[in-house]
Amino acid sequence: MTQVKVEQKVLNENQRLAAELRLRFLENQVFCLNLVSSPGSGKTSLLERTLAAFSPDTRVAVLTGDIQTENDARRLQRFGFPARQITTGGTCHLDARMIDKHLAGWDLGSLEMLFIENVGNLVCPSSYDLGEHAKVVLLSVTEGEDKPLKYPSMFSKAELLVLNKIDLLPHLNFDLQLARANALRVHPGMEMVELSCTTGQGFERWMDWLQQRRKRAFAHCTPA
Amino acid sequence: MHELSIAEAILDRVAAEAERHPRGRFTKVGLRIGELSGVDPEALSFGFEVLVKDTRWDPLALDIQLCPRMQYCRGCDCKFRATDSQTACPQCGSPATECVGGDELDVVFMELEEE
Repeated sequence: MTQVKVEQKVLNENQRLAAELRLRFLENQVFCLNLVSSPGSGKTSLLERTLAAFSPDTRVAVLTGDIQTENDARRLQRFGFPARQITTGGTCHLDARMIDKHLAGWDLGSLEMLFIENVGNLVCPSSYDLGEHAKVVLLSVTEGEDKPLKYPSMFSKAELLVLNKIDLLPHLNFDLQLARANALRVHPGMEMVELSCTTGQGFERWMDWLQQRRKRAFAHCTPA
Repeated sequence: MHELSIAEAILDRVAAEAERHPRGRFTKVGLRIGELSGVDPEALSFGFEVLVKDTRWDPLALDIQLCPRMQYCRGCDCKFRATDSQTACPQCGSPATECVGGDELDVVFMELEEE
């Protein structure tokens, strides 16, 4: 019997593709975010309101993942920016190969921002690097405050927590303080924004975070 | 439930290694799985078994080493296990600790019998 040392990532191939994507994003100065959450937390709504807030000359594009239907891409195309659906046909997460495939034909050099809306799932997408600058996790206040404790993998990997649907707080028993404390417990120092995609409350903080984070992504690069 | 995709990725690693050992019969794959990896070891073992059955790899066992989430406190210069996602430093109580382990999803070794 022989034992050979391997010491490789299981998702070695995904990591390699993600590193290639990351390099392409860097070379083209495209700021890329990977939006994750449970189904129904408001990823598409957040993107709708964000795209609506951008001036028409913003060079932004969206890839949106779902197991079935082209509904989300249709919702997002209404804002005049390029949006493509990734239909996984059963797979519960996006991987780097799907991103690479669906970027085909888009000139990255003509973009400044790319949003990837992952499949609604708080477990599986946490294992797959898509070459993004940061993951953003959404938690709506109609869910439980303990979600960060139940899904520590995702909440510890996402840079920003967006607490969505805060317009509904008066009708719920949701304890915002407890939700924040739980997020900080699994992810010390986690950044948070509270907002409502319906009323727009708190939205400027999200837009500010986007701009600041984008600046930070390329802070070490000298302009060409 | 993405463990079947993970199991497929492991078999891809085995196939790659098999090219280096064309006369070898692989018997075991050693894995390191962190509790933050998002992978359930039981579901993975089941998926792997199903995937391997009646293929040229059958029988091929998994040897899974589980890795806990580890945090580091800069203030006390100590490393500790974050049980139940409790990341505050057990010595000084500081909540500002860093995650330094628990995200593993690695193939560590493979065992084979060479003809």
